[in-house]
Amino acid sequence: MPKVKSLDELRKLRDQVKDDISTRIETGTTIIVGMGTCGIAAGARETMHAIMQELESRQINAHVRTVGCIGMCSREPLVDIEQAGKPRVTYGNVYPDMVPRLIEEHLKNGHVVDEWVVGRKTTDDIGL
Amino acid sequence: MRELSQHILDLLQNGLEAGATRLELDIDDDEQANLLTIRVCDNGRGMSPETVKAVTDPFFTTRTTRHVGLGLPLLKAAAERCGGGLTIASTPGKGTEVTATLVRDHIDRAPLGDMAVTLMGVLLSEHECDLVYRHRQGGEVFELDTAELREALDGVPLSHPQVRPWVQAYIREGLDGLNGAGA
Repeated sequence: MPKVKSLDELRKLRDQVKDDISTRIETGTTIIVGMGTCGIAAGARETMHAIMQELESRQINAHVRTVGCIGMCSREPLVDIEQAGKPRVTYGNVYPDMVPRLIEEHLKNGHVVDEWVVGRKTTDDIGL
Repeated sequence: MRELSQHILDLLQNGLEAGATRLELDIDDDEQANLLTIRVCDNGRGMSPETVKAVTDPFFTTRTTRHVGLGLPLLKAAAERCGGGLTIASTPGKGTEVTATLVRDHIDRAPLGDMAVTLMGVLLSEHECDLVYRHRQGGEVFELDTAELREALDGVPLSHPQVRPWVQAYIREGLDGLNGAGA
């Protein structure tokens, strides 16, 4: 099968996005998905996939990061949303079918989905 | 775990947690020999011989966040129930190599599953690491070397929101070229 995607295409994409990197890193949104054994077994990979698909379909430029186990295994899949100047919010038992509402309410409307929250961390808590 | 690719993600995450800066993943899907071989090699901190003996015990873990370590015991059980096995070789300060071998057409063998999303789980890790992935099937090979991608990106991260979908599509396209990998 001939390859459609090539490194030349990637280089063109690089040139398109290079200018806005610093702005995005400083002011953007990062969604963090726990990817320890407990998270993977609970479906964290599928949750991460659903998050990436939702961001792509809504054309939301947010970073997605994976981290190891943080010890709250019974609440996996765990998803943190971190936005500049706002408390970091940890959501528990986030399954793929919950992702559209999470993105709509938290990222689009700016409202925390309280019934799914398992923790909040202010910038003071994390020493910023 | 329902898919072997979930076990593979777990193995790769172990390497990242061990401080690896380079991970190698080889999948050899050999229909003629009726074997599926998965090998993950990292250059992380490695393990002592005593730790290697203990890691397939589900009640052993080096983590402080919990008291069980199920990843390797689950993979060992998955391999053994398909007439295969798991070997671990490790050298402190140099790294670890884990190899799982499964009888390919065994009725209990889980599907390989979604390797593209598994690899994204690693490439989006907070621990930046180079990954070399080689997947052999039916005489064809798909090879991904993230060092090549990073070189082409010249400072733009692989996790950049506009680069991320491209990388995932690139991996999917490569695997689709193997005619059925991921099935």
